[in-house]
Amino acid sequence: MKFLRKTLDNLKPNFEKGGKLHFLHSTFDAFETFLFVPGHTTHGKVHVRDGIDLKRTMFTVVVSMLPVLLFGMWNVGYQHYLSMGESSTLMQNFIYGAIQVLPIVVVSYVVGLGIEFAACQIKGHPVNEGFLVTGMLIPLCLPPTIPLWMVALGTAFSVIIGKEVFGGTGMNLLNPALTARVFLFFAYPAYMSGEFMSSGEAVWFMGDRATLADGFTGATSLGRLAEQSQPVYTPWEMFIGTEIGSIGETSVLACLIGAAILIITGIGSWKIMTSVFAGGLIMGTIFNWVGGTTFLDIPAYQHLLMGGFAFGAVYMATDPVSASQTEKGKIIYGLLIGILTVMIRVANPAYPEGMMMAILLMNVLAPLIDYFVIESNKKRRLKRATV
Amino acid sequence: MANLIRLSKGYDIKLVGEAAKETISFEAPKTYAIQPPDIKGLTPKLQVEVGSEVKCGTPLFFAKNQPKVMFTSPVSGEVVEIVRGEKRRIMEVRILADSSNTYEQFGQSDPKSLGRNGVKELLLKSGAWTFLRQRPYNSIANSELTPRNIFISGFDSAPLATDLNYALKGRQPHLQAGINALAMLTDGKVFLGLKHKADNSTFDGLHGVEKYYFSGPHPAGNVGVQIHHIAPINKGEVVWTINAQDLATLGKLFTDGIFDPERVIALCGSEVKSAGYAKLRLGACLDTLLKDRISEGNNRIISGNVLMGTACNENGYLGYFDHQVTVIPEGDDPEFLGWLIPTYSRPSISKTFLSYLMPGKKYKVNTSMHGEERAYVVTNEYEKVLPMDLYPVQLLKACMAGDLEAMEALGIYEVVEEDLSLCEFVCTSKMPVQDILSDGLALIEKEG
Repeated sequence: MKFLRKTLDNLKPNFEKGGKLHFLHSTFDAFETFLFVPGHTTHGKVHVRDGIDLKRTMFTVVVSMLPVLLFGMWNVGYQHYLSMGESSTLMQNFIYGAIQVLPIVVVSYVVGLGIEFAACQIKGHPVNEGFLVTGMLIPLCLPPTIPLWMVALGTAFSVIIGKEVFGGTGMNLLNPALTARVFLFFAYPAYMSGEFMSSGEAVWFMGDRATLADGFTGATSLGRLAEQSQPVYTPWEMFIGTEIGSIGETSVLACLIGAAILIITGIGSWKIMTSVFAGGLIMGTIFNWVGGTTFLDIPAYQHLLMGGFAFGAVYMATDPVSASQTEKGKIIYGLLIGILTVMIRVANPAYPEGMMMAILLMNVLAPLIDYFVIESNKKRRLKRATV
Repeated sequence: MANLIRLSKGYDIKLVGEAAKETISFEAPKTYAIQPPDIKGLTPKLQVEVGSEVKCGTPLFFAKNQPKVMFTSPVSGEVVEIVRGEKRRIMEVRILADSSNTYEQFGQSDPKSLGRNGVKELLLKSGAWTFLRQRPYNSIANSELTPRNIFISGFDSAPLATDLNYALKGRQPHLQAGINALAMLTDGKVFLGLKHKADNSTFDGLHGVEKYYFSGPHPAGNVGVQIHHIAPINKGEVVWTINAQDLATLGKLFTDGIFDPERVIALCGSEVKSAGYAKLRLGACLDTLLKDRISEGNNRIISGNVLMGTACNENGYLGYFDHQVTVIPEGDDPEFLGWLIPTYSRPSISKTFLSYLMPGKKYKVNTSMHGEERAYVVTNEYEKVLPMDLYPVQLLKACMAGDLEAMEALGIYEVVEEDLSLCEFVCTSKMPVQDILSDGLALIEKEG
């Protein structure tokens, strides 16, 4: 460690003002602060600081995503062998999935961090930790068969248009990972939500129509419901996650493990998570009560198990920057996400995955919710003064 | 109990080095200094020069904006140095103490018979007035105004804080006289905040004050938090506050006719070898107290507590409003992967450290920032440690933007720097919360 510190100290002058590598100072700074928490000390009237910083916060979120990622890798392999009608071991599934998934993760991180470093370099900012999370969320909300150039394009769009134009981490209006997904969703719909592309290639698993094993349909539950037919998967399968879908979204169980990590460490808002689930249940129950079509009649709780509901509630809706910032606002924000998700799914079958739309819509509305919550606080104060 | 207020928000930073309830004996300090920067918004106009002989209670300087407000010498002796900083700003007025300990005689008096103007006049000329601070802004109380109420906090909840009940033992007559004097200054009530379920024997017998009891973690002992729950400050209202130890000094002026700013302070912190209580006068040099009592190494000596204090060196002085001296190690070593695998345990409101599982653990803290400044990302952090009905992040953002209307609507009149000090401690983004609020308060005081 001493050696490392020495090397860094020796290299440092090159990156300081006037050094030949000054144009890379943000990059150097990012690596240096990654390796060593700088020895800055307090200088105001407050002499001690909490042990946590943004690096640790973001790292905790990344850790909470590991169950989802690992399960996703296994499931990609499992679905592949299932579609081929071959039997496979746990390890085979996992290795096959890892080969598919890891390149997507790598591309997302390389492209995203590359742009982030460049942007910080130009603006002279220190490199922010926010992308550590976004870079993992993007692969998890994409189909396993997505071409890598699309991952790169989506990531670039999300970092530049979703975040850097607003001023970087902490300033963005929309969830950056969902910005990437929504961009790809509208730009390349066949690659994102179809079951098979025109070439016959599958979207949700590896393979194509011609080589499918008998009885394997390749349709997601939401896709089936949109066509007014019953889902193929049992609620139990949807809960465990042995179904087709985006890499990280299939397993509600893995999402709940992640949720537990986020809630126990206090990093993720339990208020948002529970209110999203509650909102989904409420709207689902109302639709059950109306009834009439297969989608309206599907038991409300199954909405919570299908598609990206749990993944969105745990990882996407809870992004503190794009969510409501007041505690009362968080409950309204979460409830509306749940309600809108089910509403979009059922009422607009063109977009069976309502979660993404609902979260993005509520991201836009979150400042408005906060506005009303804070106005009520101001009014309370004003009222007190005039009494 | 009728006046019981239970607070749940806040955080007690548990530190090692608590002061034992024993009196430390040490050589009497030789030098004293009054440091005008301790007092918000003060521009001093000197009344003495180097070489002037002063008694305890002799005016040293007055406030430029309030010429009646005298700052007087805490000790008898000779003015030896006027230390100036940038732009010739007066940083310290140093006095070399003599052994005679003579006092200016103001004469014993009864506040009731003096009347409001008589009390004011005595306080102003003796220097005791300067202990009265006004909210909003926390500046020295304006002698032209009559406050709605006066508030006293009878306990300090800050880390390793002085136990005021212990420190003020035996000073009930002074406290009572002080309260009687305060009662003359306001048309409203005088309030005293006390800790629920604690030993309040020093304060129990006091009358003429309305007592409120508070339970909960720090900042329950902050007078600002107490005001917010007893009778919050609205736009246009002015209330005054005074520290309990200074109230005793103020009272002694009436009972004994002298200005005798003596305090019992806690000498505490992990780097103090034998932490305990010491009797010190306002402005006393800490050198004799600290000598051989703190461990070797790179330490930070703080006049005040770790959340609200002024850093000084071993020859520093006890600050104008401080009743505690804390010594902790500096934390200026870069830490290898410190954000990932901390090499020593540290207090945190987040539950991302394993030490969260040991709630009673006491920490040895240093002055490390533990990270770098970032934009706001994490929400509901400040709110967890601020037991007030206001939105601190939004208020601070209004301060940054200089939006006076928003600052006012969001409740800037109800807070001063110390109330948000825990917010600065917990901030994941390492924001300079107190500085931002200070700038906001200064702006609204100037423009509003």
